Amino acid sequence: MEIFFYAQILLHLLGGGVGFLFNPRGAHASRATHGIAVLASLAGVVFSGNILLTGHGWFHEWRGSLPVGPLSLSADPFSALFILIISLLSLAASVFAIGYVREYQGRKNIASLGLFYHAFILAMLLVVTVQNAFYFLLFWELMSLASYFLVIFEHEKQEARSAGTLYLVMTHIGTAFIGTAFWLLFMHSGSYEFQAFRESAAALPLGLKNVIFFAALIGFGTKAGVIPLHVWLPRAHPQAPSHVSALMSGVMIKMAIYGLWIFLFSFLGEGPGWWGPVVLGVAILSTFGGVLYALMENDLKKLLAFSSIENIGIVLLGIGMALVFSSADQPLYKGFALIAALYHVINHAMFKGLLFLGAGSVLSTTHTGNIENLGGLIRTMPWTAAGFLVGAVAISALPPLNGFVSEWLIFISLLLGFESAEVTFHFFSPLLAALLGLAGALVATCFVKAFGISFLGQPRSHHAAESRESGMSMLLGMGILAATCLGLALGAPWVFRILGETVETSSGGFFSMEVFVQKIFFLSPSGFEAGRFSPLIIALVITVLLLGIVLLLRLFFGKASIRTGPSWDCGMPGLAPRMQYTSTGFSQPFRRILSFLYQPTRRVELEDEGMKILRTAQRFESRITQHVDEWVYQPLIELVGRLSRKVKYIQTGHIQLYLSYIFVTLILLLLFFGGRA
Amino acid sequence: MPAIILSLFQVIFLMVLAPAVSWFIKRMKAASQNRRGPTLVQVYSDLGKLFRKDMVISETASWIFHLMPFVLFASTVAAALIVPVLGNHALLGFMGDAILFVYLFALGRFFLALAALDAGTTFGGMGSSREMTLSSLAEPAMLLAFFSLGFRSHTLSLGGMVSYFAGAEPFQVLFFTSLAFGALLIVTIAESGRIPVDNPATHLELTMIHEAMILEYSGRYLALIEWGHQIKQLVFLTLLANLFLPWGIAGSWSFPALGLALILYLAKVFFLAFVIGWIEIHLAKLCLFRVPDFLSVAFVLAILSLLGQMIVGRGV
Repeated sequence: MEIFFYAQILLHLLGGGVGFLFNPRGAHASRATHGIAVLASLAGVVFSGNILLTGHGWFHEWRGSLPVGPLSLSADPFSALFILIISLLSLAASVFAIGYVREYQGRKNIASLGLFYHAFILAMLLVVTVQNAFYFLLFWELMSLASYFLVIFEHEKQEARSAGTLYLVMTHIGTAFIGTAFWLLFMHSGSYEFQAFRESAAALPLGLKNVIFFAALIGFGTKAGVIPLHVWLPRAHPQAPSHVSALMSGVMIKMAIYGLWIFLFSFLGEGPGWWGPVVLGVAILSTFGGVLYALMENDLKKLLAFSSIENIGIVLLGIGMALVFSSADQPLYKGFALIAALYHVINHAMFKGLLFLGAGSVLSTTHTGNIENLGGLIRTMPWTAAGFLVGAVAISALPPLNGFVSEWLIFISLLLGFESAEVTFHFFSPLLAALLGLAGALVATCFVKAFGISFLGQPRSHHAAESRESGMSMLLGMGILAATCLGLALGAPWVFRILGETVETSSGGFFSMEVFVQKIFFLSPSGFEAGRFSPLIIALVITVLLLGIVLLLRLFFGKASIRTGPSWDCGMPGLAPRMQYTSTGFSQPFRRILSFLYQPTRRVELEDEGMKILRTAQRFESRITQHVDEWVYQPLIELVGRLSRKVKYIQTGHIQLYLSYIFVTLILLLLFFGGRA
Repeated sequence: MPAIILSLFQVIFLMVLAPAVSWFIKRMKAASQNRRGPTLVQVYSDLGKLFRKDMVISETASWIFHLMPFVLFASTVAAALIVPVLGNHALLGFMGDAILFVYLFALGRFFLALAALDAGTTFGGMGSSREMTLSSLAEPAMLLAFFSLGFRSHTLSLGGMVSYFAGAEPFQVLFFTSLAFGALLIVTIAESGRIPVDNPATHLELTMIHEAMILEYSGRYLALIEWGHQIKQLVFLTLLANLFLPWGIAGSWSFPALGLALILYLAKVFFLAFVIGWIEIHLAKLCLFRVPDFLSVAFVLAILSLLGQMIVGRGV
């Protein structure tokens, strides 16, 4: 089946260039490049699906003349899972793009968009298959650069450019840490091969292990957008075209999870007991920070980006618990927590992809992502609304959709802490679980706001009033993801089983799946009895109840007679759209209740011309404190500025002086190294 | 087979009993205010009348508005299906655990809050925003209370917890669970929209939460919402009764046991309804921004309950 993988890679190479054969700003370029992306993704789905179903991995290496070792690619079930996620999401995104990119036709270079788009997907595919640290970093860099160019695709906007620069800086700081982690492993094992890292894992000294742990956590954490390394994410993700935002939030940040995973569970071997709590700390911080900022956000795509930070936090909760169980020597629970984390990785990719595509669909017709200017879209764009609603229900972890399945698994992973050998976890893990519940409820609030204010009620601007439903391809792209979300919910025990096998191969966990999947329709860990549920039966029961109520009502009371009339206006006719609750208003109670966190500031300016009664202008401004920005990055930037000013004194601009600097340096180096020899 | 019929009976019994419990609280309040209050027949005939009435629906409303009453009612009944009532087995107890229980209500609430925004009025937005805010704070307290019970009983299934506590020593049960009881009682008050969190008897825009959300509803939709709300309240009371006063619950499906269980169940539920009513009579509604403090009391009680369980160790 590897022919499909080669096909995928070749198609991406081809698709990157094909746009330039046509008018780079024309419709043909878009159709060709995205059509090929669809084919490539289909090939990837077949290839990875086959590996996951059969369990037979694939490995190939090309010996070259580079001193860093052969370029070896491998797809074990774990890599295949990530290939599947990338392919599924890029399938939907590419189908969506055919319609979405129409907006750029004639004014932007679509061929170059296609080039970076293909390079981006290709780089991600290679990152999850490559088996050599040198090439890993190479492809990682390719992924970062390609996504940078996608972020600044609309470079005529100042916001996109500055977001791009920030992203470029942050991602390279991250890469530096990842590079350091790999370099330390290389120094120890003497090879760039992943296989060598795995073999020498047991012999790593503890101190080195800890250093590598932190380097990997910071490096990959930057890419994943964990708080406090997240500053770039909510700025950069929304700037890219929406189908690219879907890929960035859906899968690119998961590449960091992939990287962290291979470090924690195969390169580093057993770690000290405090690794778990450290990861859990980062996780809960990201979960809360992400959702709290998302709650206050009024820009649809920024809101989604903040919510990605929250979801990475949830994934890390699973990974953190796995580390806890790992050091307590409870491989069964470790496996369960890892499955939960992996399940959430897939789910988040799908529903976040769906939501970003939905936001893109809204954006392409209303040309505004500001929730305050939307409203009433459910009437003009019913299918987009339905798709976005599916995504919103899924991300709010409500049964019977897939978000609830993985959230439930994470809950149980945390509650398995009851069985932990570490007594402190008897207390802390249920507390974390309750906090996860709080975060889940806040997400629901956030998405009631996002969906309710944008899609329901009356249109708040003429952009919203004049919106029209998006074309077939965009709806189809969303449909694919909505169907996947439903499938991931109903087929949960089956997915669970596949993930179990995947986790077993990737983390060296030894546990029998039979322990967890007792019956085909149920998810139930046997260590913690009867915490269990059956997504299929819930879906069935809810459907039967819904239909039953409708039928019984009809049977007993006949057909409902409905009159329509204006909404209740307190007897004063003339309800205007501006009288509706706003997005800012919706989240106001939280701004007030959690004011110790948000530290909101507001400014009201009133202008009157001498007479207090007649106001000529009013301005209102309300903002919340972005703590990490103000407490960490602002001082950092100021520090760099101060240091630069200090360094400035040796910069005179005279070439003679610079030459003498070089000369002095040379002398010093000669003295230093000459002395050694 | 008889087990299935009996379990089905349990759910229908809950649905039929729910308006009576609401009536009981109303009657208590009326008595405290020197009023007569409605008769028991009145509450049922109100529902029946609403079901028969025509509906007036806002021009702005979309299909979300039409879908919501059904989702709300279905999710509430689905939650009722996993709660043990007379015996310690629920009809669909195998379907899910306490976490599902919490999230089924979250599903109903999600759609309720959306439908409130659907008509495009300020009232709806106000209710929606307030409901989501307060329930976000009630939900973790509820979860943590369940977790602390699960810690001792080794299970998250509601039926399993009930059988564990029914089999435990009475003194132990009281000792271990009293704090969690406090937490869940506060959550029950918040979830069923009662004083001091929300006032079900008012339509004053400054104070209303639940009523603001359903202001646009009429006819059979309103009937479904009202009835669903009453069922929700009874489901919570049933859970409180069976988790914290589990004695007498039928361990087997035999008629003498069930008969005794039925009598005791009614006594327990009406006792708890009395407690809720008593609180409602004696307290004033809290200022909206004081309610989080009230709910955080529930959260702290749940934490203390968990700590207490840890100190004395797990059950067997």
